[in-house]
Amino acid sequence: MTLINLKNSNIQAREHRLGSIVSYEGSASDLAQKSRTGSLQDRPRSFTQVSSCSSSCAICLLSLIQDAAVVNHAPLGCAADFSMFNLTNRFGQVKRGLTSANAHLVSSNLTESDAVFGGSAKLEQALRDAHARFNPKALFVTASCASAITGEDIDAVADRLETELGIPIAVVHCEGFRSKVWTTGFDVAYHAILRKIVKPPRTKHPELVNVITFWGEDVFTELFGKLGLIPNLIVPFSNIEQLSHLSESAATVQMCSTLGTYLAAGLESLYGVPEVKAPPPYGMAGADAWLRALGRTVGKETEVEALIVSEREAIAPALAELRKELKGLTGYVAAGSVHGHSTAAILAELGMKVVGSCFWHHDPKFDNQDAAADSLQHLVENYGDIPVSICNKQTYEVVNQLRRLKPDVFIVRHPGMAVWGGKLGIPTFLVEDEHFGLGYRGLLRYGRKIADAVNNPAFFQHLAQHTRVPYTDWWLRQGSFTFLGAEE
Amino acid sequence: MSTTIEQPRQFCTLGGQQSVLAIERAIPIVHGGPGCSAKLFGGMAFFNGFQGSGYAGGNAIVGTNSCEQDIVFGGEDRLRQVIDGALKVMDGDLFVVLTGCTADLVGDDTATVVNEYRERGIPIVHASTGGFKGYNYLGHELVVRAIIDQYLEPAPEKIPPLVNVWSVLPYQDTFWAGNLRAIRQLIEGLGLQANILFGHDSGGVAAWKKVPAAAFNLVLSPWSGVAIAQRLEERFGTPYLHHPILPIGAVETTRFLRAVGEFAHLPQATVDRYVEKQEAHFYHYLDRAADFFMEMCWDLPARFINISDSFYSLGISRFLVNELGLLPGHQFVTDAPPEEYRPILSQQFASLAPKVSAEVTFSHDGGEIARIIKSGTYSDPPLIIGTSWDRDLAKQIGGYHLSIALPITDRLVLDRSYVGYEGGLRLIEDIYGAVLARYF
Repeated sequence: MTLINLKNSNIQAREHRLGSIVSYEGSASDLAQKSRTGSLQDRPRSFTQVSSCSSSCAICLLSLIQDAAVVNHAPLGCAADFSMFNLTNRFGQVKRGLTSANAHLVSSNLTESDAVFGGSAKLEQALRDAHARFNPKALFVTASCASAITGEDIDAVADRLETELGIPIAVVHCEGFRSKVWTTGFDVAYHAILRKIVKPPRTKHPELVNVITFWGEDVFTELFGKLGLIPNLIVPFSNIEQLSHLSESAATVQMCSTLGTYLAAGLESLYGVPEVKAPPPYGMAGADAWLRALGRTVGKETEVEALIVSEREAIAPALAELRKELKGLTGYVAAGSVHGHSTAAILAELGMKVVGSCFWHHDPKFDNQDAAADSLQHLVENYGDIPVSICNKQTYEVVNQLRRLKPDVFIVRHPGMAVWGGKLGIPTFLVEDEHFGLGYRGLLRYGRKIADAVNNPAFFQHLAQHTRVPYTDWWLRQGSFTFLGAEE
Repeated sequence: MSTTIEQPRQFCTLGGQQSVLAIERAIPIVHGGPGCSAKLFGGMAFFNGFQGSGYAGGNAIVGTNSCEQDIVFGGEDRLRQVIDGALKVMDGDLFVVLTGCTADLVGDDTATVVNEYRERGIPIVHASTGGFKGYNYLGHELVVRAIIDQYLEPAPEKIPPLVNVWSVLPYQDTFWAGNLRAIRQLIEGLGLQANILFGHDSGGVAAWKKVPAAAFNLVLSPWSGVAIAQRLEERFGTPYLHHPILPIGAVETTRFLRAVGEFAHLPQATVDRYVEKQEAHFYHYLDRAADFFMEMCWDLPARFINISDSFYSLGISRFLVNELGLLPGHQFVTDAPPEEYRPILSQQFASLAPKVSAEVTFSHDGGEIARIIKSGTYSDPPLIIGTSWDRDLAKQIGGYHLSIALPITDRLVLDRSYVGYEGGLRLIEDIYGAVLARYF
């Protein structure tokens, strides 16, 4: 496989590498089928609301590495998400039993004169400051639209300082305009880690499994313990030494290929760490398939089968009760691609009907090129077809759909989207912990959360009575996808 | 001095989008990269007291999401597409196009595009706010200036009691909504009519259209907003009063009200009547707190350190020194005031009271600020009044901490105000709440 080129600090954006799209209207089965046949085309919207960019995704992941520091080479506005990731860092530190402290982030603060004369000196200063202030084990330089358009050679500065400061300095090409798919930012961040941090294996740890996550609760230590395995949660809340040994693990698993595709495939391609290629472990069918694939990869098939039986038995009575309670309820899911598929699977598993969904973007394939990891096809095969839109976070489309569909519950995973369902009077919640609904026991937690949201809608009713959405009556009467263009 | 910024407390000119959102039923259109607006909404609104999306903010903000193609071939046609859509989809009274770094660096002629629409009678203006141009204090002025120059018309006649208020920045000041409301109450207490222009119940475009008719402009701010008043004087001949101290507590608020009364030629008795009533209320509660101040004073902060913009650092310093009799430590001003204002500000800190002065550093680099604070010696626990970034620092030096400035992620802020007589009482409550919280 020629996926990873460690010589180059840059990689192809998802739309070029994976054929990813940000606009679509149709069904899960159609989207899955077009993805497999390679006939998927984007339909650019003429009217758009603001999206997000790669820079946020990259800064997020890298600033959560506990002993590294991130230098954002950009005007100060690009640092406006620092306080968000600082809060993410502090929440996560508390959740993972670490001492909460500020994240290690600085901006080089590019200004008008730097746009004219170049900002290399400021980058150098920022790198030196970050090194002196945080004593980091590695530095990551995240590029910006401004640094790219003014044509600076960031790599040259980084290479020079790397020699002088004696720690790895990795350039992360997460310029916002470079990709219309913001998750490209994860990929470039992982590329930086693979290039500069991960070392070839010095030994092998057959019990250790890399688990690519965000900031969710550690539900794996207990689960994997039953299989005699030890989870290695990465990248958030890890450290540079830990990351340098990623090549020594027995396997890599993911909760969400949208997040981890590049790193998992990279570790397999570069160092032969097998990626567990499976649908995500949400809904019983997903959990079964994911665990079995893990068992096959690390030679724990028997243990996995026993675990599946005991986990299924443990939740059976409570699950039956929940299904009775939730039966007939409808839901709408808004989430990042694969985690959206997972959430839809959870709802279906709980006996609910998914009446609509929007996923921010769609990857027709992952870097592993393996159909076994096709979470959308898995959803269709195990839980049936659902209506799907790929919305790139366009709330005008989502509000239009929600008003029409009137779901009993609106479930979101991404900041800034939930309120638009709440304002329509729909019981809405955001699941910030990606492991909340994971596996068998997660189903119970998730189901309880839905039941609670639906059982007391008082807040949402008041909100709907006293707020207005910012859309014209004309728009609310149009079809939700009026502004989708022709396939390009 | 280093150019690096750690722990940012202000952002870029495009942050002016939040000023647009503070105008009722105004719709921002961001012509920039895909992530700028979401980052700024997060930094200025959500992760700053958890101010929400409101009517048309957050993910509802219209934007071109400029990509590689728009950089290479220019993004003007793409902007036209998006404005066309916005006019159909978004229910608003005023559209404000703001540019990001991409559009300004590749040289899109945004002015011409927007003018095409304005010539068709559409209420739309544009501000060139590419982030590399400056901070959002400037961004706020650029947005206001765009509305003044491209939207407002001279008024046929003045409305004698009407005063336009230019003060704290929407969203950037976490307490802006409450503060502007408090300023309105104070001005209306004198019998004038306050045009506060931003925030709930501020009147939207109808209020903005009255801007040229005001009797005068009030700049209640150390420096930000002076340029706005100067432009309004130039364009509409409206005089302005510049009162540089954000009034907190009785001493400063009374001083402020007397200045306004004098400028507006109000009868002395009108001002006296209102001031006396407000002071009586304020000092009633200060009296009630006197037992606490005196009996618990073994634990009152020995020195206070402000780390905030010039509004708060100066306003709070004056309040704590002149009202509560506290003493200042080193003060930090984080809004990068233009050079010409710095000597004036330094002088104001140097002469807080006859025998009380404070050293001031102009910096918005948290690393530099922390270094200076850590190099000090503190015989008793100092009080840091700053941002959520500064909590760790306060712990490290054994001090107390209260977040009152961006970013605030350790408090939820709704309509609380620190301005005026009531605002002074709130600040006292919050400071001593933070002091007592250490023991629980």
